[in-house]
Amino acid sequence: MDLSTFITLLISGLAMGMIYFMAASGLTLVFGLMDILNFGHGLFMALGAYVALTVLNAGAGSSDLAGPGLFLWAGLVAMMAGALAGVLFERLLLKPVYGLHLSQILVTVGGLIVGEELIKMVWGSVQQPLTPPAWLEGSVQLGPVLIESFRLWVVAIGLAVFVALSIVLSRTKLGLVIRAGVEDREMIRALGYPIRRVFILVFAAGSALAALGGMLWGLYQQMVVPQIGAQLNVLVFIVIIMGGLGSTKGALVGALALGLVSNFVGFFSPTLAAFANVALMFLVLMWRPDGLYPLKKS
Amino acid sequence: MLSRLLSHDWPQGGLLRALLVTTAIALLTAPFLGFGATGLNVAAKVLVFILLVASFDLLLGYSGHVSFAHTMFFGVGAYGLALSMKHLGTTVVGMLAGLGGALLVSLVLSVLIGVFSLRVRAIFFAMITLAVAAVFQTFVAQQSWLTGGEDGINFRLPEFLQPSYRLIEGGLLGLDITGRVLSYYLLFVVVLVCFLALLRIVNSPFGRVLQALRENDFRAKAIGYDTLWFRVAASVLSALFATVAGFLLSLWLRYSGPDVSLSFELMVDILLMLVIGGMGTIYGAVLGATLFLLAQSYLRDLLALCFEALEGHAVAVLFDPDRWLFWLGLLFIVSVYTLPMGLVGKLRNKG
Amino acid sequence: MLRLEDVETFIGPYHILHGVSLTLEPGSSLVVLGRNGVGKTTTLRTIMGLWPCGRGRIEFKGRTISGLATEQIAHLGIGYVPENMGIFSSLSVEENMLLAARSLRRSALADSSRLSRIFAAMPALKKFWKTPAGSLSGGQKQMVAVARALIEPRDLLVIDEPTKGLAPAIVESMAQILREIQAEGTALLLVEQNLAFAALLSQRVAVMEGGRVVHQGSMTNLISEQALQDSLLGLAL
Repeated sequence: MDLSTFITLLISGLAMGMIYFMAASGLTLVFGLMDILNFGHGLFMALGAYVALTVLNAGAGSSDLAGPGLFLWAGLVAMMAGALAGVLFERLLLKPVYGLHLSQILVTVGGLIVGEELIKMVWGSVQQPLTPPAWLEGSVQLGPVLIESFRLWVVAIGLAVFVALSIVLSRTKLGLVIRAGVEDREMIRALGYPIRRVFILVFAAGSALAALGGMLWGLYQQMVVPQIGAQLNVLVFIVIIMGGLGSTKGALVGALALGLVSNFVGFFSPTLAAFANVALMFLVLMWRPDGLYPLKKS
Repeated sequence: MLSRLLSHDWPQGGLLRALLVTTAIALLTAPFLGFGATGLNVAAKVLVFILLVASFDLLLGYSGHVSFAHTMFFGVGAYGLALSMKHLGTTVVGMLAGLGGALLVSLVLSVLIGVFSLRVRAIFFAMITLAVAAVFQTFVAQQSWLTGGEDGINFRLPEFLQPSYRLIEGGLLGLDITGRVLSYYLLFVVVLVCFLALLRIVNSPFGRVLQALRENDFRAKAIGYDTLWFRVAASVLSALFATVAGFLLSLWLRYSGPDVSLSFELMVDILLMLVIGGMGTIYGAVLGATLFLLAQSYLRDLLALCFEALEGHAVAVLFDPDRWLFWLGLLFIVSVYTLPMGLVGKLRNKG
Repeated sequence: MLRLEDVETFIGPYHILHGVSLTLEPGSSLVVLGRNGVGKTTTLRTIMGLWPCGRGRIEFKGRTISGLATEQIAHLGIGYVPENMGIFSSLSVEENMLLAARSLRRSALADSSRLSRIFAAMPALKKFWKTPAGSLSGGQKQMVAVARALIEPRDLLVIDEPTKGLAPAIVESMAQILREIQAEGTALLLVEQNLAFAALLSQRVAVMEGGRVVHQGSMTNLISEQALQDSLLGLAL
């Protein structure tokens, strides 16, 4: 393998990894904080992709709306849609089944199905193209290598998200409350903090990030299909299992590892790529049965 | 006598009994009821899914494990028949060999999964089975040389099961006894036997221990039950019955492919059928499978009517016949909240 | 200030409290004594709303609090130090204190006069200010737990075994600062095994047995009457 191919695969792997991270970060934080596992998380990703599709298509007609502005706008709208869907999901579906893991799994799978059908109702059930806007196409020369600018953008956005999350978690009072709540929910309540409100906020933020991830995934694959929610679900679960349920750092490491491994293995043997994902997960679990950065619950 | 056959697990409640008996009779006489090929198709699928969902009930309803990898065993059974028919010749011996091979593969896989389930937390386990099932599906779809890839395998059955075969010239009670009809009754008999076996299993001491383990793992261990053995046994039994169900489906369709037996959609359908029908009851599988398959075929017609009536209004899209799963999904969610034991549970209490 | 009337608590199928009644006057202190397992911790947790109050009533400052959410109860002016200390191990001592000082920001916390008093009583806290609380010793964690409850003025402090694992010198300082706080008007509800420490702080005792309060009276009485002590089994003196 030459350097050029290596760097291309590296950047692609990082880009995909960043998308997985964005989708996974919310899910893992929600689990760490409230012990809720949302099997319907993929729905927010699918929603993000479709909302972005609508916004980008709507703006494609008028030329003065094209460009970074439209892209930013699509991202924002997708995130808002994700956050809203998240709040609805939490209030309508999850609230009655706190603490009941089996029911949570069932109810959230149900939510995924119903949500997917709703998406099909609104947007149709066939695959649709999602082309990145013109200004995102093209490549950048980095030494001997030609890299697609879109991928670099994705890596940059992913890093920005991670940095923003880290800042919020480590430097704000809200972040403090979240970190403490993840460790000991009872005590944070005994200190007077309305943990439910914090939770809804985190859930909404997580869904918004998932929506952003979905939009970027759709653009990366250059198409959307209603089943992407279910497809991405599996990958996101692998990420948070590897990273350790509840850890954002773990989600980042797991996501990047998954992205890189799939890309590199995929290059050598496309059939092995699917295996590689699961094999990686099992390898990590054998080494660290609770994931790379498990939470220490007090 | 009948009581012993049902392992003393009588379905309780008049309405429930009536429904079950009606369903049983309908299934028994389906070829003679004049529904045509489509109707017989639905009946055959109901049979297969009753067995498949009941096998899943053993795992989810009685042992309390959520596994998304159940379709794997279904697929193994389906491909077992397909491969043996393709490579070993269309004989009964070939069929049995295919079944035997499939059961063996499922045995090994289910032991591995069962042992693994004890090493990780339930939530982890559920997620991991999801990933494993996805990989298995991809693997099967990609190994075209073995499995026919996405297109699957079409095959022939032994002569007497082929549609062109005629057992009785001139028919019986006005019906042509074709290979198709024989296949149907083969399905019926096997499903009936397996269903009764499942009833026997869940009503045995083994079954009761499983339920105790489901309620309180810690306590059961304290009393001295070797959790490992029971968990693995439940996993294995559940897998074996699912394999048989897959074998039967493949027999009916004379086709095996990844969409038909391995998809996530199918896994979700199984969950839907079980939860709506009633977890932990075995009879729930009958109600759930029947309801689901009837909905799949006939709810669409109902929805089509509404759809036409609301033509032009935005809300019409809710009644798009292709979106029947939306309604079933809602029913599923409602069942999780309000019907802990599904329809069976609800009907049991009504006299 | 605080009144429990025939409080019963069920945890799953277990009936832990069979009718606990006690009262606490404003600015006074009460220590709950009893052997392990009689329900002392459960009583405190029920007051804080961490376990639901199955039957009976709990009133605080005239308001019924049984049935309220924990965070609401905390907001009414009750500080809680649980038996397992409730320290956030991954957070630093400073961050633990920040969380407890709801109304203060980081800068204001550093300047707080109450903090200076706490440092005076427990100097180790100043030393470990930026250290993750999880790496402290058991006794130091205990200090952080109590310090958290003291950082802002509260009407009532509910403390579950504050001296467990502490060196005698620290126990002395803790008693000192708790007495000061009490003198300033904070009521104290303590669960303690160490009768000597309890005697330093509380005027009144309640002894529990089998999920009920079987004796309420003054501390001085209990100390002076050997017969009374003997009849209430298993007290460490």
